[in-house]
Amino acid sequence: MNHENPQFVLFGIGFNPSNILMLFVTCLVVFLIAVASTRRLQMKPTGMQNFMEWVMDFVKGIIKNNMDWKTGGRFHVLGITLIMFVFVANMLGLPFAIVWDDQLWWKSPTADPVITLTLASTVVALTHFYGVRQLGLGGYLKTYVQPIPFLAPLKIIEEFANTLTLGLRLYGNIFAGEILIGLLATLGAGSVFGLVGAVIPALAWLGFSVFIGAIQAFIFVMLTMVYMAHKVSTDH
Amino acid sequence: MLDTFVLLSANADAGFLASLNQRLNLGDIIVTVVFFTILMVLLKKFAWGPLMGIMDQRAQLIATEIEQAEKSRQESAKLLEEQRALLKEARDNAQSIVENAKKQGDTQREELITAARAEVSRMKEAATLEIATEKEKAVAAVREEFVSLSILAASKVLGKEISEDDNRALIEETIVKAGEGR
Repeated sequence: MNHENPQFVLFGIGFNPSNILMLFVTCLVVFLIAVASTRRLQMKPTGMQNFMEWVMDFVKGIIKNNMDWKTGGRFHVLGITLIMFVFVANMLGLPFAIVWDDQLWWKSPTADPVITLTLASTVVALTHFYGVRQLGLGGYLKTYVQPIPFLAPLKIIEEFANTLTLGLRLYGNIFAGEILIGLLATLGAGSVFGLVGAVIPALAWLGFSVFIGAIQAFIFVMLTMVYMAHKVSTDH
Repeated sequence: MLDTFVLLSANADAGFLASLNQRLNLGDIIVTVVFFTILMVLLKKFAWGPLMGIMDQRAQLIATEIEQAEKSRQESAKLLEEQRALLKEARDNAQSIVENAKKQGDTQREELITAARAEVSRMKEAATLEIATEKEKAVAAVREEFVSLSILAASKVLGKEISEDDNRALIEETIVKAGEGR
């Protein structure tokens, strides 16, 4: 299970081509699904358009739960892209993993902590950006000393804790899921008895992983909007 | 002095980057952010934008449809009210016409009956008058006859010619007296 990651260095910066490949595949799949379902837009929606509209309304509901739509409307596109991206990324590692020369090439991109933490940091950075833009620099800084000034250190720690938990929760769930799928696959490939024994748990765990992937995508977007609401709304 | 510092810092930078590369995939971070941003921009342009557009359009359509439905409902209610009022008016009109006709008929009948009654009484009076006249005439004729008969009888009884002209007045007076005495 302990495969090496492929690695190369360009301009003095290290890259993991496996991550790049999987990120590209994820982006491609999301883009194709989205574009295919919005090609022939109709007033009376059919098929995939229905699904996409449901996703939009779903994300809209998440945002509306946390802030009023006037402030939250601008995060709609971010939310839909994020939920589709994370969900597809979670799903990619489920059907199979590809190992080449003991290097892991095909996996869920979200099973890599660098990627999930990058997404989480981006989201948290965006919340700070919109917080400053919405409340002004003074108003933004004031949120750290409200309601009680001596809690300011906790508030600052909270920002880092939020980032860490947001990224590591996603990483942990998906990585653990892939490890267990890998173990069950190894067991199934070992012998006939192993195959018989592994089929039912593997199927169950695959189903559960699909469920976890969807839930984690939902949680990621929901927490994004919760953090965003903390920063941009004044009524706290 | 300054040159050395710059060199040192550059060396330190390079050393820092190299040591960072061993622990952290800086490239992955950049690629993740760049890919995600590109995906978001592309999707906004090609998928979410048009989809949001059509959803807004639909919302607007539904709103106008509801408004229109409400308007036409009010209009039809108004028309219904108008029609009902018209119908009521027509019914009232018809009733008043029938009543008028009945009244007129009654009056006419009344008039006819009165006229007929008047005519009947007038005819009755005329008949009575005629009867009376006829009776008078008959009585006069009988009286005349009676006088001449009486004279004839008296002259026969007396055997003598009495002057008819002299006695006639006397006899008539007697007869009238006898008639009154009767």
